[in-house]
Amino acid sequence: MIKIIRNFARRLFSGIFKSKGEVKLGFYGSPNAGKTSLANRICQDWLGEDLGNVSKVPHETREIQMKEKVIMQRKGKKIEFKLIDTPGIATKVDFEDFLKFGLSKKESQKRAKEATQGIIESIKWLDDMDSVIVLIDATLNPYSQVNITIIGNLVARKIPVLIVANKIDLKKSDIKKVKGAFPEYTVVGISAKNGTNMEEFYEELFKLIKKRK
Amino acid sequence: MAKKSVKKNRNGKIGKKDLLIHFMPYSEIAREDTIGKIKKIMGIILKNRIIILQGKLKSDEEARLIENSMTLIGNIPGFQGIEIATLSGENDNGIFRRIRQGVARILVGEQDAITIIGPASVVKEITRDPRKMELMLSRR
Repeated sequence: MIKIIRNFARRLFSGIFKSKGEVKLGFYGSPNAGKTSLANRICQDWLGEDLGNVSKVPHETREIQMKEKVIMQRKGKKIEFKLIDTPGIATKVDFEDFLKFGLSKKESQKRAKEATQGIIESIKWLDDMDSVIVLIDATLNPYSQVNITIIGNLVARKIPVLIVANKIDLKKSDIKKVKGAFPEYTVVGISAKNGTNMEEFYEELFKLIKKRK
Repeated sequence: MAKKSVKKNRNGKIGKKDLLIHFMPYSEIAREDTIGKIKKIMGIILKNRIIILQGKLKSDEEARLIENSMTLIGNIPGFQGIEIATLSGENDNGIFRRIRQGVARILVGEQDAITIIGPASVVKEITRDPRKMELMLSRR
């Protein structure tokens, strides 16, 4: 309950004291799609520091994480971002899934509870974004209802979306399949872990910012 | 409300291990607001039934459904969330088809689709591509 009030207050004040010209850039997607990895890559590229922890265990990010004053420059243009890394959205959370990663029952149950709260927070934050990057794991089937629901909600709110197909360094990845699933959107393939194709990503990111109201 | 008839066990009762599928015409929820739709859907899901809905929910309704199911995890024993997938007939993007779909959507709601919603404890996984959906059910 305290966490919900704290997050609500944070959202409220971030709206009131929004600095002029700052772009609130959200990272959305399923758990383990690579949202924090990409946010970290961007922070490393422009600030030389990380934003959050990454892990193979799903739902590592269970609270909204932010990094302010991330200033990016490209072709003479300077844009100030507030990066907002959100917990992965899922339709189900089973604590037993965490046991497979060596977590104790107690730790797994705690993680599951926090994960469900994180999902609720992520959905609530949809309204506060200026632009959103939807991360899709390019090694998995892109036709997941979570991806469709997130993108549908962003379109309904007229929030510009850039789809990033992550993990293209892995053999199983299939960027064509991601592009085929979302033909109406720009899809950029990257490896956030290795920093592959980040130039094209930044190019598309700057184009995306132009689209916002 | 249309329900698939299920074979009852020897006692004539529906056993805990029986699988129930609830076919829901869109008209059943068409007049409900978002909360009403979610209440109706969750009421059926919590009885461990799979819903086959004629049509689909709006994206904000889907988001609210996910939010709602998250609040129930940990509070209702055995409830792990939901599985949901929609197969939509929006592959033909011709201008006349889109206009026709838009008009139909305003008049009768989004019916050119099928949505499957089930409790995650029953529906292990739904895999879909633009042409088909496959349900993997848990052994009960």
